[in-house]
Amino acid sequence: MLGELSVSLWRGAEAGRYETYVVPQRESQTVLDVVTFVQRHLDPTLSYRFACRVGVCGSCAMTVNGKPRWTCRTHVSKVAGGGRLEIGPLANLAVIKDLTTDMAPFFEKWQQAKGVFAPSKTRHDAIAQIRPDSPARLAADAAIECINCGVCYAACDTVRWNAEYFGPAALTRAWTLVNDERDGGNAARLQAVAAFGGCHACHSHQSCQELCPQALNPTAAIAGLKRRAAAAYLKGEIKT
Amino acid sequence: MNVRLYLWQRLTAALLVPLVVVHIAVIFYATRQGMTAADILSRTHGSMVWASYYAVFVAAASIHGAIGVRNVLTEWSPLNDRRAGLFAVAFGLMLVALGLRAVAAVVLS
Repeated sequence: MLGELSVSLWRGAEAGRYETYVVPQRESQTVLDVVTFVQRHLDPTLSYRFACRVGVCGSCAMTVNGKPRWTCRTHVSKVAGGGRLEIGPLANLAVIKDLTTDMAPFFEKWQQAKGVFAPSKTRHDAIAQIRPDSPARLAADAAIECINCGVCYAACDTVRWNAEYFGPAALTRAWTLVNDERDGGNAARLQAVAAFGGCHACHSHQSCQELCPQALNPTAAIAGLKRRAAAAYLKGEIKT
Repeated sequence: MNVRLYLWQRLTAALLVPLVVVHIAVIFYATRQGMTAADILSRTHGSMVWASYYAVFVAAASIHGAIGVRNVLTEWSPLNDRRAGLFAVAFGLMLVALGLRAVAAVVLS
Protein backbone atom coordinates (compact mmCIF):
# COMPACT_ATOMS: atom_id res chain seq x y z
CA MET A 1 0.00 0.00 0.00
CA LEU A 2 1.31 3.41 -1.00
CA GLY A 3 -0.83 5.59 1.23
CA GLU A 4 -4.35 6.84 1.32
CA LEU A 5 -6.62 8.66 -1.09
CA SER A 6 -9.32 11.11 -0.08
CA VAL A 7 -12.21 10.33 -2.40
CA SER A 8 -15.41 12.41 -2.71
CA LEU A 9 -18.29 10.52 -4.30
CA TRP A 10 -21.65 11.95 -5.35
CA ARG A 11 -24.43 10.40 -3.28
CA GLY A 12 -28.13 10.81 -4.01
CA ALA A 13 -30.02 11.77 -7.16
CA GLU A 14 -30.18 15.27 -8.70
CA ALA A 15 -30.40 16.59 -5.16
CA GLY A 16 -27.46 15.07 -3.36
CA ARG A 17 -24.04 15.84 -2.02
CA TYR A 18 -20.44 14.70 -2.16
CA GLU A 19 -19.37 12.38 0.64
CA THR A 20 -15.75 11.70 1.43
CA TYR A 21 -14.19 8.25 1.82
CA VAL A 22 -10.65 7.17 2.58
CA VAL A 23 -9.37 4.51 0.19
CA PRO A 24 -5.96 2.77 0.21
CA GLN A 25 -3.75 3.84 -2.70
CA ARG A 26 -2.25 1.05 -4.83
CA GLU A 27 0.03 0.62 -7.83
CA SER A 28 -1.70 0.91 -11.24
CA GLN A 29 -4.98 1.70 -9.51
CA THR A 30 -7.82 2.87 -11.75
CA VAL A 31 -10.64 5.21 -10.80
CA LEU A 32 -13.04 2.29 -11.21
CA ASP A 33 -10.93 0.31 -8.70
CA VAL A 34 -11.44 3.13 -6.21
CA VAL A 35 -15.22 3.22 -6.71
CA THR A 36 -15.39 -0.58 -6.45
CA PHE A 37 -13.36 -0.51 -3.22
CA VAL A 38 -15.85 1.91 -1.66
CA GLN A 39 -18.82 -0.23 -2.71
CA ARG A 40 -17.28 -3.52 -1.52
CA HIS A 41 -15.63 -2.38 1.70
CA LEU A 42 -17.15 0.91 2.87
CA ASP A 43 -20.72 1.34 1.62
CA PRO A 44 -22.55 -1.42 -0.31
CA THR A 45 -25.44 0.93 -1.15
CA LEU A 46 -23.24 2.90 -3.61
CA SER A 47 -24.67 2.65 -7.15
CA TYR A 48 -22.47 2.76 -10.25
CA ARG A 49 -22.18 1.01 -13.61
CA PHE A 50 -19.42 -1.11 -15.08
CA ALA A 51 -19.13 -4.32 -17.04
CA CYS A 52 -15.94 -5.23 -18.92
CA ARG A 53 -13.30 -3.27 -16.93
CA VAL A 54 -11.05 -3.17 -20.02
CA GLY A 55 -12.33 -0.19 -22.05
CA VAL A 56 -14.62 -2.04 -24.41
CA CYS A 57 -18.17 -1.80 -23.09
CA GLY A 58 -18.36 1.96 -22.46
CA SER A 59 -20.55 1.69 -19.35
CA CYS A 60 -18.28 3.07 -16.59
CA ALA A 61 -17.91 6.72 -17.63
CA MET A 62 -18.10 9.22 -14.75
CA THR A 63 -17.01 12.76 -14.00
CA VAL A 64 -13.55 12.59 -12.44
CA ASN A 65 -12.14 15.81 -10.96
CA GLY A 66 -14.45 17.82 -13.22
CA LYS A 67 -13.88 15.98 -16.50
CA PRO A 68 -15.73 13.02 -18.01
CA ARG A 69 -13.52 9.91 -18.14
CA TRP A 70 -13.79 6.18 -18.79
CA THR A 71 -12.98 5.15 -15.25
CA CYS A 72 -11.74 1.62 -15.96
CA ARG A 73 -8.85 2.92 -18.08
CA THR A 74 -8.14 6.09 -16.12
CA HIS A 75 -5.27 5.65 -13.69
CA VAL A 76 -5.61 7.45 -10.38
CA SER A 77 -1.98 8.58 -10.64
CA LYS A 78 -2.79 10.50 -13.84
CA VAL A 79 -5.77 12.46 -12.51
CA ALA A 80 -5.57 12.68 -8.69
CA GLY A 81 -3.78 15.93 -8.03
CA GLY A 82 -2.54 15.95 -4.43
CA GLY A 83 -4.09 12.54 -3.71
CA ARG A 84 -7.60 13.98 -4.07
CA LEU A 85 -10.36 12.51 -6.21
CA GLU A 86 -13.86 13.85 -6.80
CA ILE A 87 -16.05 11.40 -8.69
CA GLY A 88 -19.56 12.29 -9.84
CA PRO A 89 -22.12 11.14 -12.40
CA LEU A 90 -21.77 12.16 -16.06
CA ALA A 91 -22.93 15.72 -16.80
CA ASN A 92 -25.79 16.55 -19.21
CA LEU A 93 -27.75 13.44 -18.18
CA ALA A 94 -30.29 13.02 -15.38
CA VAL A 95 -28.88 11.32 -12.30
CA ILE A 96 -30.71 8.14 -11.26
CA LYS A 97 -28.70 7.50 -8.11
CA ASP A 98 -25.13 8.18 -7.01
CA LEU A 99 -22.89 7.63 -10.05
CA THR A 100 -25.51 6.21 -12.43
CA THR A 101 -27.22 8.43 -15.01
CA ASP A 102 -30.20 7.88 -17.27
CA MET A 103 -28.57 7.19 -20.64
CA ALA A 104 -31.91 6.97 -22.51
CA PRO A 105 -31.79 10.48 -24.07
CA PHE A 106 -28.23 9.79 -25.28
CA PHE A 107 -29.33 6.70 -27.20
CA GLU A 108 -32.66 8.18 -28.33
CA LYS A 109 -30.70 10.92 -30.07
CA TRP A 110 -28.79 8.27 -32.05
CA GLN A 111 -32.19 7.22 -33.40
CA GLN A 112 -33.22 10.84 -34.11
CA ALA A 113 -29.97 11.43 -36.02
CA LYS A 114 -30.75 8.30 -38.09
CA GLY A 115 -27.69 6.58 -36.70
CA VAL A 116 -29.05 3.23 -37.81
CA PHE A 117 -27.80 1.41 -40.91
CA ALA A 118 -30.38 1.49 -43.72
CA PRO A 119 -29.74 -1.48 -46.03
CA SER A 120 -29.84 -0.77 -49.75
CA LYS A 121 -29.55 -4.40 -50.84
CA THR A 122 -30.91 -7.79 -49.88
CA ARG A 123 -29.11 -10.99 -48.95
CA HIS A 124 -29.61 -12.17 -52.52
CA ASP A 125 -27.42 -9.38 -53.91
CA ALA A 126 -23.67 -9.70 -54.25
CA ILE A 127 -21.52 -8.44 -51.37
CA ALA A 128 -20.57 -4.78 -51.92
CA GLN A 129 -17.01 -4.28 -53.17
CA ILE A 130 -15.48 -1.34 -51.29
CA ARG A 131 -11.88 -0.27 -51.69
CA PRO A 132 -10.25 0.05 -48.24
CA ASP A 133 -8.37 3.17 -49.33
CA SER A 134 -11.30 5.01 -50.91
CA PRO A 135 -12.00 8.45 -49.35
CA ALA A 136 -15.52 7.48 -48.32
CA ARG A 137 -14.32 4.27 -46.64
CA LEU A 138 -11.63 6.18 -44.74
CA ALA A 139 -14.19 8.82 -43.65
CA ALA A 140 -16.50 6.02 -42.48
CA ASP A 141 -13.90 5.16 -39.82
CA ALA A 142 -15.14 8.19 -37.80
CA ALA A 143 -17.39 6.28 -35.40
CA ILE A 144 -16.38 2.66 -35.91
CA GLU A 145 -14.35 2.54 -32.68
CA CYS A 146 -16.98 4.45 -30.67
CA ILE A 147 -17.92 2.55 -27.50
CA ASN A 148 -21.01 4.69 -26.69
CA CYS A 149 -19.58 5.72 -23.32
CA GLY A 150 -21.17 9.18 -23.34
CA VAL A 151 -17.93 11.02 -22.46
CA CYS A 152 -18.27 13.35 -25.48
CA TYR A 153 -21.92 14.01 -24.68
CA ALA A 154 -21.07 14.93 -21.09
CA ALA A 155 -18.16 17.13 -22.22
CA CYS A 156 -20.20 19.08 -24.80
CA ASP A 157 -21.10 22.72 -24.06
CA THR A 158 -23.75 22.73 -26.80
CA VAL A 159 -25.55 19.75 -25.24
CA ARG A 160 -25.55 21.62 -21.94
CA TRP A 161 -27.06 24.73 -23.54
CA ASN A 162 -29.46 23.10 -26.00
CA ALA A 163 -31.37 20.07 -24.73
CA GLU A 164 -32.42 19.14 -28.27
CA TYR A 165 -28.88 18.99 -29.69
CA PHE A 166 -28.09 15.43 -30.79
CA GLY A 167 -24.54 15.54 -29.44
CA PRO A 168 -21.16 14.41 -30.78
CA ALA A 169 -21.63 10.62 -30.60
CA ALA A 170 -24.93 10.50 -32.51
CA LEU A 171 -23.68 12.90 -35.18
CA THR A 172 -20.39 11.04 -35.60
CA ARG A 173 -22.34 7.83 -36.09
CA ALA A 174 -24.48 9.62 -38.70
CA TRP A 175 -21.29 10.77 -40.49
CA THR A 176 -19.99 7.20 -40.60
CA LEU A 177 -23.24 6.06 -42.22
CA VAL A 178 -23.29 9.01 -44.64
CA ASN A 179 -19.97 7.67 -45.93
CA ASP A 180 -21.04 4.02 -45.95
CA GLU A 181 -21.53 3.19 -49.61
CA ARG A 182 -23.86 0.31 -48.72
CA ASP A 183 -26.28 2.55 -46.83
CA GLY A 184 -29.47 3.76 -48.52
CA GLY A 185 -30.80 6.17 -45.88
CA ASN A 186 -28.86 9.33 -46.55
CA ALA A 187 -31.74 11.55 -47.70
CA ALA A 188 -33.61 11.04 -44.42
CA ARG A 189 -30.35 11.19 -42.43
CA LEU A 190 -29.19 14.50 -43.92
CA GLN A 191 -32.69 15.87 -43.43
CA ALA A 192 -32.55 14.88 -39.75
CA VAL A 193 -29.09 16.30 -39.04
CA ALA A 194 -29.83 19.58 -40.89
CA ALA A 195 -32.76 20.42 -38.58
CA PHE A 196 -32.75 22.33 -35.28
CA GLY A 197 -30.72 20.25 -32.83
CA GLY A 198 -28.61 18.82 -35.64
CA CYS A 199 -25.01 19.32 -36.76
CA HIS A 200 -25.26 23.06 -37.45
CA ALA A 201 -25.76 23.76 -33.74
CA CYS A 202 -22.17 22.61 -33.03
CA HIS A 203 -19.83 25.43 -31.93
CA SER A 204 -16.66 23.41 -32.64
CA HIS A 205 -15.41 23.80 -29.06
CA GLN A 206 -13.72 20.40 -29.52
CA SER A 207 -14.17 19.15 -25.94
CA CYS A 208 -15.48 15.92 -27.50
CA GLN A 209 -12.29 15.19 -29.35
CA GLU A 210 -10.11 16.32 -26.44
CA LEU A 211 -11.75 13.88 -24.02
CA CYS A 212 -12.86 10.98 -26.26
CA PRO A 213 -11.19 7.92 -24.70
CA GLN A 214 -10.92 6.31 -28.13
CA ALA A 215 -9.15 9.37 -29.56
CA LEU A 216 -11.93 9.88 -32.12
CA ASN A 217 -12.60 13.33 -33.57
CA PRO A 218 -16.35 14.04 -33.50
CA THR A 219 -15.73 17.73 -34.27
CA ALA A 220 -14.26 16.80 -37.66
CA ALA A 221 -17.12 14.38 -38.33
CA ILE A 222 -19.68 17.07 -37.49
CA ALA A 223 -17.85 19.54 -39.76
CA GLY A 224 -18.17 16.98 -42.55
CA LEU A 225 -21.89 16.64 -41.87
CA LYS A 226 -22.29 20.43 -41.95
CA ARG A 227 -20.72 20.59 -45.41
CA ARG A 228 -22.63 17.59 -46.77
CA ALA A 229 -26.00 18.78 -45.40
CA ALA A 230 -25.43 22.34 -46.63
CA ALA A 231 -24.63 21.03 -50.13
CA ALA A 232 -27.76 18.84 -50.08
CA TYR A 233 -29.86 21.85 -49.03
CA LEU A 234 -28.44 24.03 -51.80
CA LYS A 235 -29.20 21.29 -54.34
CA GLY A 236 -32.79 21.08 -53.06
CA GLU A 237 -32.35 17.50 -51.85
CA ILE A 238 -33.45 18.39 -48.32
CA LYS A 239 -35.73 21.06 -46.87
CA THR A 240 -35.94 22.91 -43.57
CA MET B 1 -29.66 26.51 -35.79
CA ASN B 2 -30.82 24.66 -38.87
CA VAL B 3 -29.05 24.45 -42.22
CA ARG B 4 -30.92 27.45 -43.70
CA LEU B 5 -29.94 29.79 -40.85
CA TYR B 6 -26.40 28.34 -40.91
CA LEU B 7 -25.99 29.20 -44.60
CA TRP B 8 -27.43 32.70 -44.20
CA GLN B 9 -25.08 33.40 -41.32
CA ARG B 10 -22.02 32.16 -43.24
CA LEU B 11 -23.06 33.98 -46.41
CA THR B 12 -23.57 37.32 -44.61
CA ALA B 13 -20.28 36.81 -42.73
CA ALA B 14 -18.45 36.34 -46.03
CA LEU B 15 -20.09 39.49 -47.35
CA LEU B 16 -19.27 41.49 -44.21
CA VAL B 17 -15.53 40.73 -44.26
CA PRO B 18 -14.67 43.01 -47.25
CA LEU B 19 -17.36 45.52 -46.25
CA VAL B 20 -15.90 45.93 -42.76
CA VAL B 21 -12.34 46.18 -44.12
CA VAL B 22 -13.33 49.01 -46.49
CA HIS B 23 -15.39 50.67 -43.75
CA ILE B 24 -12.41 50.71 -41.37
CA ALA B 25 -10.07 51.86 -44.15
CA VAL B 26 -12.40 54.81 -44.86
CA ILE B 27 -12.46 55.72 -41.15
CA PHE B 28 -8.63 55.73 -41.08
CA TYR B 29 -8.50 57.80 -44.26
CA ALA B 30 -11.04 60.35 -42.99
CA THR B 31 -9.36 60.81 -39.60
CA ARG B 32 -5.81 60.99 -41.00
CA GLN B 33 -6.94 63.59 -43.52
CA GLY B 34 -8.40 65.59 -40.62
CA MET B 35 -11.82 65.72 -42.29
CA THR B 36 -14.70 67.26 -40.36
CA ALA B 37 -18.24 65.88 -40.29
CA ALA B 38 -19.25 68.58 -42.74
CA ASP B 39 -16.43 67.52 -45.15
CA ILE B 40 -17.55 63.89 -45.01
CA LEU B 41 -21.23 64.71 -45.48
CA SER B 42 -20.41 66.91 -48.47
CA ARG B 43 -18.78 63.90 -50.16
CA THR B 44 -21.47 61.36 -49.25
CA HIS B 45 -24.44 63.60 -50.03
CA GLY B 46 -26.32 62.33 -53.07
CA SER B 47 -23.84 59.48 -53.62
CA MET B 48 -25.58 56.34 -54.88
CA VAL B 49 -22.33 54.40 -54.42
CA TRP B 50 -22.14 55.07 -50.67
CA ALA B 51 -25.91 54.62 -50.33
CA SER B 52 -25.75 51.19 -51.99
CA TYR B 53 -22.59 50.21 -50.11
CA TYR B 54 -24.02 50.92 -46.67
CA ALA B 55 -27.50 49.61 -47.53
CA VAL B 56 -25.92 46.23 -48.31
CA PHE B 57 -23.80 46.57 -45.14
CA VAL B 58 -26.91 47.21 -43.02
CA ALA B 59 -28.82 44.31 -44.57
CA ALA B 60 -25.94 41.84 -44.09
CA ALA B 61 -25.20 42.99 -40.53
CA SER B 62 -28.89 42.86 -39.56
CA ILE B 63 -29.36 39.31 -40.84
CA HIS B 64 -26.05 38.12 -39.37
CA GLY B 65 -26.66 39.76 -36.00
CA ALA B 66 -30.25 38.58 -35.73
CA ILE B 67 -29.29 34.94 -36.35
CA GLY B 68 -26.52 35.24 -33.77
CA VAL B 69 -28.90 36.73 -31.20
CA ARG B 70 -31.37 33.93 -31.91
CA ASN B 71 -28.66 31.37 -31.14
CA VAL B 72 -27.63 33.12 -27.96
CA LEU B 73 -31.26 33.27 -26.77
CA THR B 74 -31.90 29.63 -27.69
CA GLU B 75 -28.88 28.46 -25.75
CA TRP B 76 -28.65 30.90 -22.85
CA SER B 77 -32.21 32.07 -22.15
CA PRO B 78 -35.39 30.22 -21.17
CA LEU B 79 -36.98 31.11 -24.55
CA ASN B 80 -37.73 28.17 -26.84
CA ASP B 81 -36.58 28.18 -30.48
CA ARG B 82 -39.84 29.70 -31.81
CA ARG B 83 -39.94 32.56 -29.32
CA ALA B 84 -36.21 33.19 -29.76
CA GLY B 85 -36.87 33.32 -33.52
CA LEU B 86 -39.64 35.90 -33.13
CA PHE B 87 -37.45 38.05 -30.89
CA ALA B 88 -34.57 37.76 -33.37
CA VAL B 89 -36.79 38.83 -36.29
CA ALA B 90 -37.90 41.88 -34.31
CA PHE B 91 -34.28 42.64 -33.39
CA GLY B 92 -33.20 42.28 -37.03
CA LEU B 93 -35.99 44.61 -38.24
CA MET B 94 -34.92 47.17 -35.64
CA LEU B 95 -31.32 46.98 -36.91
CA VAL B 96 -32.55 47.45 -40.51
CA ALA B 97 -34.65 50.48 -39.52
CA LEU B 98 -31.87 52.12 -37.49
CA GLY B 99 -29.24 51.30 -40.11
CA LEU B 100 -31.19 52.58 -43.10
CA ARG B 101 -32.11 55.72 -41.14
CA ALA B 102 -28.40 56.34 -40.60
CA VAL B 103 -27.65 55.72 -44.30
CA ALA B 104 -30.40 58.13 -45.30
CA ALA B 105 -29.00 60.76 -42.93
CA VAL B 106 -25.55 60.46 -44.47
CA VAL B 107 -26.62 60.33 -48.13
CA LEU B 108 -29.78 62.44 -48.30
CA SER B 109 -29.13 65.20 -45.75
